[in-house]
Amino acid sequence: MTEKLKVATVSLAGCFGCHMSFLDIDERILDLTAVAEFDRSPFTDIKHCGPCDLGLIEGGLCNSENVHTLREFRRACKLLVAVGACAINGNIPALRNPIPLKECLEESYVHGMGIENPQIPNDPELPLLLNQVRPIHEVVKVDYFLPGCPPSADAIWKFLTDLIAGREPSLPYPLIRYD
Amino acid sequence: MGTITIDGQAIPFQDGQTLIEAATEAGVYIPHLCHNPEFKPHGSCKLCSVKVNGRVCSACTFPAAEGQEVLNDTDELNEARRMITEMLFVEGNHFCAYCEKSGDCQLQAVGYFLKMTGPRFSYFYPRREVDASHRDILLDRDRCIFCELCVRASRDVDGKNLFAIAGRGIRNHLIVNSASGELEDSGMAVTDKAAHVCPVGAILIKRQAYKVPIGSRTYDERSISEVSLSAEAPVVAAKHD
Repeated sequence: MTEKLKVATVSLAGCFGCHMSFLDIDERILDLTAVAEFDRSPFTDIKHCGPCDLGLIEGGLCNSENVHTLREFRRACKLLVAVGACAINGNIPALRNPIPLKECLEESYVHGMGIENPQIPNDPELPLLLNQVRPIHEVVKVDYFLPGCPPSADAIWKFLTDLIAGREPSLPYPLIRYD
Repeated sequence: MGTITIDGQAIPFQDGQTLIEAATEAGVYIPHLCHNPEFKPHGSCKLCSVKVNGRVCSACTFPAAEGQEVLNDTDELNEARRMITEMLFVEGNHFCAYCEKSGDCQLQAVGYFLKMTGPRFSYFYPRREVDASHRDILLDRDRCIFCELCVRASRDVDGKNLFAIAGRGIRNHLIVNSASGELEDSGMAVTDKAAHVCPVGAILIKRQAYKVPIGSRTYDERSISEVSLSAEAPVVAAKHD
């Protein structure tokens, strides 16, 4: 048999809803695993990305680790897809964008209700937050956008089966949704 | 009376009609956002750009004239329209996932129609003020696309002249004609035409959110080309009947 398509997935500043929607393809995942295998992904718990054909990115960029991970994916993957509203426009995490970062942190860790020993976390192991949440196409080249919050399982399935069959992915009207 | 062609199809027009009026009456959809046949054309969003005898014009302002050869549904024009739509999305704060206008929003529906999946541009994330002061009407400037339909409705139909656009470029914003600048002091009523013409979710009637379930909203099943023609063709026809 021919070598399987290598697919990596990750959730950056997202809620894992896009991954849940991916799993909503249900038993079709058996057809998928017949022709594709997962590399780095929450599905496999592999921590770093080997050379892949396809990288699916859920979530936007809210901290330095997100940027680092996204660049690892871009280096490793032939095709990179922004999956879901957060990767495409920042979405809910970007609600903080009009508010200065210092004010956001103070609201959570200094002025919030019921806080003991108020301080802004500064452990060196914590990734630094970006000033604003940004979509991924502002940092790396993105080959395809798959919109939705989340994209429906049918949209993900149509997109993947088009790619696997060597077709240019094309979603019919009911499968392009921004909500 | 006369005849033009749109994408090679013969389209009749009445004297004084614009290209988009002739097209709408003949059942040809030309994408648009700032145009609404109930109001004087504004010509600002440029989504209705068509080619007339080789030159790009706004179909909502350009008068139809005998023998014009108009191009509308071409790859080149639709690509330009898609780019305009992307620019509208990155210039405001349009988050469909938690917008109560989602499913009924013309900006979103135009994106679907043009098969826009994501923007090629960087986001501005402009800081825009929300005005929730009014008892019945919410003004969320994050979603305003400066079509001036509320400006026109308030001035020309309601006779109240409550809205205007102030500022330039990315600082463009909708202002309210009241002493405090707030909507509650403006005398705007929920029955005003201006409260019901916003094509996006910038002016919303309060306490109506999410009443219509997903699947039954305006553009869930039907494309804006279909919805727009069925709503606007009778309005255009009534003007000369």
